[in-house]
Amino acid sequence: MNMRFLKEYRDGNLAREILGEIKKISLKPAKLMEVCGTHTVSIFRHGIRDILPENINLISGPGCPVCVTPNKHIDEAIELCRRPDVVLTTFGDMMKVPGSGSSLAAEKAEGADIRIVYSTMDAVDIARDNPDREVVFFGIGFETTSPTIAAAVLRAEREGVSNFSIVGAQKLIPEAIRALLENNEVGVNGFILPGHVSALIGIEPYRFIASEFGIPAVIIGFEPVDILQGIHMLVKQIEAGEARTEIQYTRGVPPGGNPHAMKILFSVFEPGDALWRGIGSIPGTGLKLKKEYRRFDAVGRFGIEITGDREHPGCRCGDVLRGVKTPLDCGLYGKACIPENPVGPCMVSVEGTCAAYYKYGMRRSG
Amino acid sequence: MCLAVPAKIISVKDSVAEVEIGGVWRAVSLDLVPEAVVDDYVLVHAGFAIQVVDEEEALKTLELFKEIMEHEHEVS
Ligand code: SF4
Repeated sequence: MNMRFLKEYRDGNLAREILGEIKKISLKPAKLMEVCGTHTVSIFRHGIRDILPENINLISGPGCPVCVTPNKHIDEAIELCRRPDVVLTTFGDMMKVPGSGSSLAAEKAEGADIRIVYSTMDAVDIARDNPDREVVFFGIGFETTSPTIAAAVLRAEREGVSNFSIVGAQKLIPEAIRALLENNEVGVNGFILPGHVSALIGIEPYRFIASEFGIPAVIIGFEPVDILQGIHMLVKQIEAGEARTEIQYTRGVPPGGNPHAMKILFSVFEPGDALWRGIGSIPGTGLKLKKEYRRFDAVGRFGIEITGDREHPGCRCGDVLRGVKTPLDCGLYGKACIPENPVGPCMVSVEGTCAAYYKYGMRRSG
Repeated sequence: MCLAVPAKIISVKDSVAEVEIGGVWRAVSLDLVPEAVVDDYVLVHAGFAIQVVDEEEALKTLELFKEIMEHEHEVS
């Protein structure tokens, strides 16, 4: 990639200088939550946790879409893929996540027709090319991904592809942050807000974090210089006793986000309740198909009803996602639960906190 | 999963753009950013362009920070 600024945002000297500034001004204890799993991975990859002064503590939040998807939806996808007329399409990350009794990977090994797609448009193509099959897309994701699911539904409708439907398990980030703050379990002093969710939704939906809860929040990019610069912006506010919502990642996030994409999203979906792993149902944090598009709902279309879904009793994923516990607090971490044999989704997804801890060698002390 | 990478648009046809990501050419949908044109950099996520990258802003953010640091060095 020959973009000049990309190189600069990876520039080690600049990163070191910013780190020096952070060290100079940061005195108060600061618990900063990175909401997004892509941040978690980038922070570990660049060793940012280790170089920050001790008073700054980074904790991971609920921002891994695979991880927050509860077993109920995974069980729905499994029920669907067992139907002989169904081709189930999904992003690769979902394959190994254990549901209540099986996983998509296990079902595929048993002969289910499950295809990993890179884009929702691939799923529509498969439906168009296989008119005698029912093609279901397992739709997980946040505001970054949901407009692509809406665009696929619109395209299926436009092109008369009637054998396409979705398992809708998407989530909305700002309302989830509100739920975390209302529960008040963690005591976050600053939020590292997700760059690519924000590229779509812009800055407005986050304003309440500062105005109602008095907590600084900065939308931050994913390169090391972005992350350090964003942390510097947060620390400056914390030290001054201020609370504002700001954008560090201005090259990808105009204040208004991408209104065209949001219009597409909300022409197909409307806010609804969502089930979060380890948290339960949170009103207004999910998306449901609008009445005109309900026929694209695979669960209703095929009359799928999941009862008795359960999560592994020892898995602490839910607590990890709320930032209440770290993977090191889980008795299964690194023993019964490893990436090759994951017990919970936080160890499956590359963006899962447990997987990131494990990959970057975090071990239990003592 | 919310990973998006910047890529340069090489050509556009019927709301599908051909982009270059790390030396590889790929087709991405422009349904979400119909205003994007050839030579723009776009953020690509799961086969869709989701935003046009603002190169001027990219440089401004860096310059701003360098200025702050220079200023602080002068003061201290
Ligand atoms: S280490 Fe495994 S079992 Fe423990 S919380 Fe993480 S995913 Fe769940």
